[in-house]
Amino acid sequence: MAYSDKVIDHYENPRNVGSFDKEEQDVGTGIVGAPECGDVMKLQLKITDAGVIEDARFKTFGCGSAIASSSYVTELVKGRKVEEAYAIKNTQIVEDLNLPPVKIHCSVLAEDAIKAAVSDWRKRKGLDDEDQDKKVG
Amino acid sequence: MSNRIYMDNHATTPMDQRVLDAMLPYFTEKYGNSGSRNHAFGWEAEAGVDQARERIAKLINAKPKEIIFTSGATESDNIALKSVVEFYREKGNHIITATTEHKAILDVCKSLERKGLAEVTYLPVDKQGLIDLDQLRAAITDKTILISIMHANNEIGVIQPIHEIGKIAKEKGVLFHSDATQGVGKVPVDVEAMGIDLMSFSGHKMYGPKGIGGLYVRARNPRVRLSPMIEGGGQERGMRSGTLNVPGIVGLGRACELAGEEMQEESARLLRLRERLRKALMDDLGDTYLNGHPTERLPGNLNISFEFVEGESLLMGLKDIAVSSGSACTSATLEPSYVLKALGVGDELAHTSIRFGLGRFNTEEEVDRVAERVVSEVTRLREMSPLYEMAKEGIDLKSYNWARD
Repeated sequence: MAYSDKVIDHYENPRNVGSFDKEEQDVGTGIVGAPECGDVMKLQLKITDAGVIEDARFKTFGCGSAIASSSYVTELVKGRKVEEAYAIKNTQIVEDLNLPPVKIHCSVLAEDAIKAAVSDWRKRKGLDDEDQDKKVG
Repeated sequence: MSNRIYMDNHATTPMDQRVLDAMLPYFTEKYGNSGSRNHAFGWEAEAGVDQARERIAKLINAKPKEIIFTSGATESDNIALKSVVEFYREKGNHIITATTEHKAILDVCKSLERKGLAEVTYLPVDKQGLIDLDQLRAAITDKTILISIMHANNEIGVIQPIHEIGKIAKEKGVLFHSDATQGVGKVPVDVEAMGIDLMSFSGHKMYGPKGIGGLYVRARNPRVRLSPMIEGGGQERGMRSGTLNVPGIVGLGRACELAGEEMQEESARLLRLRERLRKALMDDLGDTYLNGHPTERLPGNLNISFEFVEGESLLMGLKDIAVSSGSACTSATLEPSYVLKALGVGDELAHTSIRFGLGRFNTEEEVDRVAERVVSEVTRLREMSPLYEMAKEGIDLKSYNWARD
């Protein structure tokens, strides 16, 4: 299978690899997937009190497209409001990275990782997750 | 492009130049139909086929007339199973095979079961990939007509105890077929000593051409009878009709001849290179696991799981190196390797497996370069792996509560 240039670029030069201290108040951590499924993504978002994502980090166990999807997502969410990031759909990742049908699950995982990280941050902040869903829904 | 390294010799092998040289005259000069009995063009082609048959027979200690030419090992496997089931249906309908067989065996078995033509026992394998001979013995019933157990496995290179299986088959009066596609030409295979009645092999796995293979069919003690699957001109003693692929056959014959001459030296060299690669990878990197038996395996096969690093992403990092992976992402079914699963390797480790297939044309320099590249990529990807990080923090990945889909 041939990879798109964007996937290769993000795989070879992944952006924002690393970890924040997950105990920090302004850090939301999302870990999605499972080792036996062949994909695990950890996405961490550093979010200001005003609800703006000022930084992001990822670590991914998965195929090249999974690594590229998570790297791409860290770029996509930086500088955005939490609500905007939460509303990112996997289809956007599929289009932007030109993922083939067999790799769509990588984009789904990346979308889930954003949602999980935001939810974790909201939980830490004592905000209700239900509200979040209503706002975007 | 010249920097590429091919180390996927279980998938296919490059053709040996000497094989090509032997084939070439049969395309443009000696192009006759070996079935043409009444002119020199036919006789020339027939002479080429006869010589090839002798060379092949010599390599596996068979008689020339016991070799049936086919399009490859998949066809040979299909003929062996389907023809035996059809011809011996009055004697019984039970087949015994193993869970780690190639799909060309497993899918045929499933299709025979679906059609109600056969009942199949799939023997499990142990952690190292070997079947249990007592289980084999116990599985045989008075309805058993065929045992089909592969010689060497295509993923993990594990070589089954073929001599012992052959002995059991003889004792019980059951036919024994072996898919020896990976083993013929690499390690000694002797159909007499091993008690093999039917055996599949292929040209392109032993530095010969693609599109040609063979089926050994025992002629005496016992004489194996087959109902033909492809009928027509009555070639190959009626067992497989169709104009013979003369250049392919000549190439397969030459490939067998070369294999016979060079096997001893070549297998020793490959074993040395394989062990050099294994040590370089497993000594330099922690958390690596050898899949399959450490010694009962093909000299050129190495299959290792690199924990915390998904196989396809590793392949992607080794872009100028051709190896393959048991990861789901590289398979058509999106399931990780069923062979590794049969050995009890967990899915999480099957996803991280890489198969290195060393062959005739790999050099020590290539082995060192591959080792260096793999160590560097695994290290890079582990730094990027949340599993590696969690394991280092002391989190038990098995009991961790994963957010599954």
